[in-house]
Amino acid sequence: MAITSQPSADGQELTIVIQGRFDFGAHQEFRDAYERINQRPKRYVVDLKGTTYLDSSALGMLLLLRDHAGGDHAQIRLEHCNPDVRKILAISNFEQLFKIA
Amino acid sequence: MSARLSILIAEDSAADRMLLSTIVSRQGHRVLTVANGLEALALFEQERPQLVLMDALMPIMDGFEAARRIKLLAGEALVPIIFLTSLTEGEALVRCLEAGGDDFLAKPYNRVILEAKINAMDRLRRLQETVLQQRDLIARNNAFLLDEQRAAKAVFDKVAHAGCLDAPNVRYLQSPYALFNGDLLLAAFQPSGDMHVLLGDFTGHGLPAAIGAMPLAEAFYGMTAKGHSLREVLREVNAKLKRILPMGMFCCATLLNISFQRKVVEVWAGGLPDGYLLRGDGREHTPLVSRHLPLGVRDARSFNDALEVYPLEMGDRVLLLSDGVLEGSNAEGELFGEQRLLEVLAANRDDQALFDEIQAALIRFRGTQQDDISLVEIGVVESSSLGRPPVPQGGSVENAPLDWSATFEYRGATLRRHNPVPQVLQLLLEVPGLRLQAGALFSVLTELYANALEHGVLGLDSAMKADARGFADYYRLRTERLAELVEGYVRFDLRICPEPGGGRLTLLVDDSGPGFDGQAVMARQAQPERFSGRGLALVRQLSERCTWPAGGRGVSVEFSWRLEA
Repeated sequence: MAITSQPSADGQELTIVIQGRFDFGAHQEFRDAYERINQRPKRYVVDLKGTTYLDSSALGMLLLLRDHAGGDHAQIRLEHCNPDVRKILAISNFEQLFKIA
Repeated sequence: MSARLSILIAEDSAADRMLLSTIVSRQGHRVLTVANGLEALALFEQERPQLVLMDALMPIMDGFEAARRIKLLAGEALVPIIFLTSLTEGEALVRCLEAGGDDFLAKPYNRVILEAKINAMDRLRRLQETVLQQRDLIARNNAFLLDEQRAAKAVFDKVAHAGCLDAPNVRYLQSPYALFNGDLLLAAFQPSGDMHVLLGDFTGHGLPAAIGAMPLAEAFYGMTAKGHSLREVLREVNAKLKRILPMGMFCCATLLNISFQRKVVEVWAGGLPDGYLLRGDGREHTPLVSRHLPLGVRDARSFNDALEVYPLEMGDRVLLLSDGVLEGSNAEGELFGEQRLLEVLAANRDDQALFDEIQAALIRFRGTQQDDISLVEIGVVESSSLGRPPVPQGGSVENAPLDWSATFEYRGATLRRHNPVPQVLQLLLEVPGLRLQAGALFSVLTELYANALEHGVLGLDSAMKADARGFADYYRLRTERLAELVEGYVRFDLRICPEPGGGRLTLLVDDSGPGFDGQAVMARQAQPERFSGRGLALVRQLSERCTWPAGGRGVSVEFSWRLEA
């Protein structure tokens, strides 16, 4: 599992890329990805293209990011979800909180 | 400088023994010497030296045999044995190691190499000692933790099983430590005899998950016993969890209200895998799909408490499961999944065997027992076959007020959110003679309130509920109209009068609607195959008298009681 983050050229958007399993083991790395940056981006993208699995603690981590990014005003897009990941997000009805693409 | 060790030297040549002994004691160690394997064993037992220098070839018992036995005696502790040998061919040296030797030293002895080897072996010995100490510490801590969990589970079971999981129509299966996987199962009767069920799964494991379960269980049982509706229980439980759980922790849950009298189930599902409404007559199963965010995510303002309502038939069953069932994975990392579960459901012939079949399928798939599954199934049975909910506790009989009347009117916006039935019931249960009739009273209040609200205030026609589709439309419309409600009222008029040896309650419920023809409603409701409209018939059965005052406004019911002297 590896998590990398990349701010856009204008610093307005931060893309967090998650490879492999997204579960409790990723807790610290995921937080670091959005806390240890200098700018304060307006929008966040979580790229799940390389994510093979996502568990309920990962859902919790996404909520933590949402809180960090402004709660109800947060702009977060979850991108490139494979069908398994999409299913887990759907069961928890996370499309009500995140843009899922 | 290395530590002072006690070192046993087994060497049959007196000269060599003397030489080694001198070298080793000059290095600061305590030296014990023997001349053969047998003596080495005896002295080892007595003195427990920390390291052994062992000549390979000795009379009486050679070094190989002595090494084997010393290793046995030493048990888990590492007592390094360095063979002293003039043997040089590979095979002989291999024999030294096979007998349990840790290293060897060729004769003639080199003082520097001997010292280095003793130090190296001492490092290994210490490492082993540390590993053993830590292992024992972990084992002790683990035993302690398991003890604590057992105690915590016993406390929790008292709270969680306060309800009616033991009712004859409820079957459930929970892995013994499901609680510490964050799973939670609660069930309780409302005063009306409706059953509230909650299957929940907290994110995370262990103590945090178990702790969140306690306030949830308290709120669920407290409110259900007082007659609060499922919606109110939901809102309260969600608000409570939102308040106490740290951000990022929440509880996936499905809640049910099963009315055995009205033959409906209300469902709120947020985050758990599909449950199923299993039809007793061979019709296709209805999946109960998660429509909401889990509990503890939304604040009270944006929480969605919309319920889905399904008609029930005798013999139907409602099955709920935790994600542990679907997420059981085999050696290849493949998940058990929904499809395999559906196959088990389709193949099931005997209700009683379903849980066993699900478990068996999981074991076949995984090769081992799964330790984090929760399953619950509630059968639809005659309400009379279920035990009566307990009689609520109340104050003393002597001081109870016995001659009073009161009117409560709930208007507009209040009706949108608030269910007045528990409040009115609570007041009536102050009357000792009514306490024994709490169940009937609650049902009657609930039915009359539902009638007044749905038909009177919201103008819904129960004829809509003629088929399954209309049934769903009805409840959708109810939610929509209620959300937009501004005008209108429901009024409860209570009159308690003393009578010789007892007393009587007269209760009139009316509303702002256009009124209705009670006789005609009763006639319609006589058709038993209908999905709806058992309400008024129920009220008639449960109350002593039930009348429609002239003008068709409201319904009046009476309950009386006699107090034993």
